[in-house]
Amino acid sequence: MDKFLYLDNAATTKTAPEVVEAMIPYFTENYGNPSSVYSFAAKNKDAVNRQREIIAGALGAAPNEIYFTAGGTEADNWALKATAEAYGNKGRHIITTKIEHHAILHSAQYLERQGFEVTYLDVDENGKVRPEDVEAAIRPDTILISVMYANNEIGTIEPIQEIGKIAHEKGILFHTDAVQAFGQIPINVDECHIDMLSASGHKLNGPKGIGFLYIRKGVKIRSFIHGGAQERRRRAGTENVPGIVGLGKAVERAVRTMEERTKKERELRDYLIGRVLEEIPYTRLNGDREQRLPNNANFSFRFIEGESLLIMLDMKGICGSSGSACTSGSLDPSHVLLAIGLPHEIAHGSLRLTLNEEFEKEDMDYVVETLKEIVKNLRSMSPLYEDFMKKQNR
Amino acid sequence: MYTEKVMDHFQHPRNVGEIENASGVGTVGNAKCGDIMRIFLDIDENQIIRDVKFKTFGCGAAVATSSMATELVKGKSIYDALKVTNKAVMEALDGLPPVKVHCSLLAEEAIHAALWDYAEKNGIKIEGLEKPKSDIHEDEEEEEEY
Repeated sequence: MDKFLYLDNAATTKTAPEVVEAMIPYFTENYGNPSSVYSFAAKNKDAVNRQREIIAGALGAAPNEIYFTAGGTEADNWALKATAEAYGNKGRHIITTKIEHHAILHSAQYLERQGFEVTYLDVDENGKVRPEDVEAAIRPDTILISVMYANNEIGTIEPIQEIGKIAHEKGILFHTDAVQAFGQIPINVDECHIDMLSASGHKLNGPKGIGFLYIRKGVKIRSFIHGGAQERRRRAGTENVPGIVGLGKAVERAVRTMEERTKKERELRDYLIGRVLEEIPYTRLNGDREQRLPNNANFSFRFIEGESLLIMLDMKGICGSSGSACTSGSLDPSHVLLAIGLPHEIAHGSLRLTLNEEFEKEDMDYVVETLKEIVKNLRSMSPLYEDFMKKQNR
Repeated sequence: MYTEKVMDHFQHPRNVGEIENASGVGTVGNAKCGDIMRIFLDIDENQIIRDVKFKTFGCGAAVATSSMATELVKGKSIYDALKVTNKAVMEALDGLPPVKVHCSLLAEEAIHAALWDYAEKNGIKIEGLEKPKSDIHEDEEEEEEY
């Protein structure tokens, strides 16, 4: 099978050649430890700080508000746990949502075991958090609100600006997990009243193992990783210089190409969604139709199961992902699909396809034709479909 | 993640379909958990399984175990078919990942449910056959063997 269509760009992305090129000298030549005194190494400190400026510029932040981490998961863990630790004597209540990434949900559950109370907000049928729900959940002891910028599974973009405004009016810290949104849509931390923001390099054609947490000046969270004075004493450990350089390059690239790239992705995505909904019966689109990440399509095909679908797609050279239980290692399908109100059996038959700018219309045509064939085939062996058709014909 | 045999039975499932006026039909599992198996048996007057077909909603392992289970009972007497355990199905597939063991249990259960249906229709009692559970997942924790 020569065809290879990587339609799982929300899982990770290809590292852009210009990113790799920018990183290489920091492995082979400029390998000095930025903390060393001699000039050979000290210039790496400058390189790290230049990336900080690029990233800060992309968010409307100041360079000294950017703290490099080993990725989005670490940034999420840090934001929640360190906020709880630093502000725990002020209050012990945290507000988040039911559709967060597990980096947030599992950190929140950990904090519950430490005696914190967490409110997990419901979302509407498109996966949107209602700002009025956020407001209603606020208590005198609420210390943090954490709502993702955009959902990783269904692509819904949340009303972050409104939620941030509510948080700030009440004097509550506001964190957002922007791992999926950063580099895909414009973000400004001041306009959206964001106090902390998590992001990751490998979701925007940067390297894996690098990310950052934006921490607004004045937010008093402390170090989560101890053992050195790096990152203004807030994140110990020798800087991942090649990773940071790669991340900076990827951010610069993402900002530079955003308009053109996402315009193309939106057009292709809408074409794909249109054809799938039109040509495959008993199919629905999950997530908000308008407020949606440019490259995300998420479908549910009734009467079939997601893992079977993924294996069949793989045999045709198409990489996708599913919220089915079988792909999660548990018996429950995706918490996000359940939160938007899908019944279990429909959630099991979900498929997420996430594009990149390299695709063309003919690739989408291949995907649709392949999907039509596979869905038909799986339905032909589905007892659910058999029962449904018998009912229809009665 | 899957063995070659599992992939083969998933890609080329044996005995997919339905049998009209089947001697026995059994459906087990539930859609909530993501897998449902339905087995159709055609049993002759000597109590030999002449033909068997299945339909399955589920993951790759669910399809493969259904396919293998039908292969293992085809041509056997109902008593020999009763002895086809989930272990036998798993062994015939060269193993399953631990999280997929419940699929093989479902296959065994589906065969039993179809045999139960056959026994009820014909007013006979098959020694060693118990009434199938409506939902196999109720106590799978105890039954899973790793």
